[in-house]
Amino acid sequence: MIAAPLPPQQFWRLTLIGATGFLVVWSVAALSGITSRAFLPAPWDVVTRFGQLLVQPFAGFVLHEHVLSSLKRFGMGFALAVAVGIPLGLLMAWFRWLDRLITPAFEAVRFVAPIAWVPFAALWFGTGIGGPVLIIFMGAFPPVLINTYRGARQVDIKYIEAARMLGASSLRAMTEVLLPAAVPSIVAGLRISAGLGWQSLVGAELIVASSGVGYLMVKGQASVSTATVMCGMLAIGVVGLVIDVVLRRVQLLIEKKRGI
Amino acid sequence: MANIQFQSVQRVFKQNGREFVALKDIDLVVQDREFVAIVGPSGCGKTTCMRMAAGLEHPTGGQVMVANEVVTAPGPDRAVVFQAFALFPWKTVWDNIEFGLKSLDVAPDERKRRITQYIELMGLQGYEQAYPHQLSGGMQQRVAIARAYVLDPKVLLMDEPFGALDAQTRVVMQEELVRLARKNPRTVLFITHAVEEAVYLADRIVVMTRRPGTIREIIDVKSIREAENWDAHTRIEDVMDLPSFVHLRTHVWKLLREQQGEDPH
Repeated sequence: MIAAPLPPQQFWRLTLIGATGFLVVWSVAALSGITSRAFLPAPWDVVTRFGQLLVQPFAGFVLHEHVLSSLKRFGMGFALAVAVGIPLGLLMAWFRWLDRLITPAFEAVRFVAPIAWVPFAALWFGTGIGGPVLIIFMGAFPPVLINTYRGARQVDIKYIEAARMLGASSLRAMTEVLLPAAVPSIVAGLRISAGLGWQSLVGAELIVASSGVGYLMVKGQASVSTATVMCGMLAIGVVGLVIDVVLRRVQLLIEKKRGI
Repeated sequence: MANIQFQSVQRVFKQNGREFVALKDIDLVVQDREFVAIVGPSGCGKTTCMRMAAGLEHPTGGQVMVANEVVTAPGPDRAVVFQAFALFPWKTVWDNIEFGLKSLDVAPDERKRRITQYIELMGLQGYEQAYPHQLSGGMQQRVAIARAYVLDPKVLLMDEPFGALDAQTRVVMQEELVRLARKNPRTVLFITHAVEEAVYLADRIVVMTRRPGTIREIIDVKSIREAENWDAHTRIEDVMDLPSFVHLRTHVWKLLREQQGEDPH
């Protein structure tokens, strides 16, 4: 049995205790002298550095410019994953022969970590925009395709029969029946996909970019500024959270409209 | 002429290497603008008959023809009203009714005119922009009926359309369907397991046997209904009280009971 939800007061109290506990443990470790402050900065060091990075350019740009640069690459890679993944998922769900044709290659590739594409990203695109876009696409594409396909395959047969009885063409059946039926599953897939894509993007920037949060972190490491690296981690975490919150909103909105 | 012809239709299912004869020797002609109800015990294959006319299933022997053409695939000339409504939950009432008209390439003005007409006929005014989940079961089934009628199909196929409705709603829907059918006669094949519903709605009733499903008897209701002037009564309970109705109902019941009696369980 899953336990009942916590009362709001307890919910917030526990959240506060957990967060404070984390900061306390971190502060104690930083101050204990186990390792140099330069290797493990205290929370307030990170906050100070964060403030500096917002006004003083580091690795060529101020922090929010790095974030925007990363977001632009993320946007392109994610959009490409969605633009290919959703139509392909619907087509594979509708046409069994296409499913069979694509599946072996897809299954062979999808367990390769996106970061493993870095050599090819570098060889094919150098430090251009193409490299990070390729890597984020490799991270974001599988969940979009899989969730679209599964969502479309699980559509109640009665809707397919109704569509065929009403004379719908394959195109209309896919866009007006399979797609909307799969939307809850697709949006769930987009959340996973955005998370993976955002993570692999930063990984890619560590290696093949000259701007972006990942690049900032590499440069931070090079100048032994661990506080800078942590600022990068903080920015990644916050942006990732914002992306997920937005997509969760979309999901709730759709479910409410459908009366799920 | 939009009739439905079952010609020596047979349907065999294969399951775990064994063969089950679901239907055999089905010969039936539903005439143009005739309302035929098929009744029979559960599992007699009555729904399979309807699905074969719709093109959603295929006979393993013989053939099904609609308007003198062999049925091979589903299409909007044979509109189906499903027991489970099967309205698209992501489309409004209006868009659900419009769906098939778009397949038929009906011009926008004409679509609007026809949808408005059936929305009025089925008493759906004010719900055009509602989503199916916001409607009661009865209202949903009205939308499903409007979605089928609006196509002006050659034949209408109804698979226990009122089976999922509560008793009161069911009666209202039966009365409305009779009104619709008399005002706007169509070729209808109606599947039900409710005897009174069949007697009330149909011109002829086909009683089927248990598996393997065959036709036990075909009963002419229309001549009796017209002779006894059932249509003078608008309420279903008044019709159901008429001796001629009671007599027919009992007759159909007995035929069905006979089938139950052979049940080994």
